Amino acid sequence: MDEGFFLLFATVSVATALTMVLARNPVHSALALMACFLNISAIFVLLEAPLLAVIQIFVYVGAIMVLFVFVIMMIDVREAVLQRFLPGGNLPALVLLVLLGVEMLVLVLWSDRFSVMEPVAMSGGDDVRQLGTALFAEYLLPFETASVILLAALVGAIMLARKEQG
Amino acid sequence: MVPIWWYIVLGVVLFVIGAAGVLLRRNILVVLMSLELLLNSVNINFIAFGRYHADFRGQIFAIFVIAITAAEVAVALGILVALVRNKSTLKIDDVTVMKG
Repeated sequence: MDEGFFLLFATVSVATALTMVLARNPVHSALALMACFLNISAIFVLLEAPLLAVIQIFVYVGAIMVLFVFVIMMIDVREAVLQRFLPGGNLPALVLLVLLGVEMLVLVLWSDRFSVMEPVAMSGGDDVRQLGTALFAEYLLPFETASVILLAALVGAIMLARKEQG
Repeated sequence: MVPIWWYIVLGVVLFVIGAAGVLLRRNILVVLMSLELLLNSVNINFIAFGRYHADFRGQIFAIFVIAITAAEVAVALGILVALVRNKSTLKIDDVTVMKG
């Protein structure tokens, strides 16, 4: 049962990721990436991380993709659409990518450590509560640092996108 | 149950596709979207290892990765808007201001 759902979501996410890279129109890329993120959040549900799945949908599909679509709307993409994309245009990069993929696959498949079938039993069903406790007790300082980084990014984005007028 | 290497192989495939988008595409918007895909494939690995070893830290680090990604996208799109306003190009080869 789980295997079937995993194969379905993995296949669709890989297909939409390929569509994202290969599409000529950036709007199509953005829509394919949105579908890919939805499938990845379904995979998070399979991994019993429901909080992460909800955060994935809120942050990526809700916020980041809306930002992307807004910027695509603001920018005139017609010139970018016209350019032809040839996968064989950059041969050294292509060879590098094939090497990278083969190396990672060989390393993963050769190792015995990744052959674990059964997950270690989780303690109780109250995962989200334990996650929140760990996040706000043990990892409070990184959490606050992340909030400061987000504030700096907010101010920086406003400063960068503002029109220059003295 | 799904063995863990299925998740890791999915992460590898998505990472290579994202790297292909970063290296082969010349459109800045698509390069940024490919960066998102790279970070997501790393998140899949974090959460899979966290689940199979019954450790919450995988999920916590995935939350931090998502937060930093949101900040990165906000700044990158601000830079992109400023760039298009000044140079009116979306091709990555035309942006050579920092070239020595």
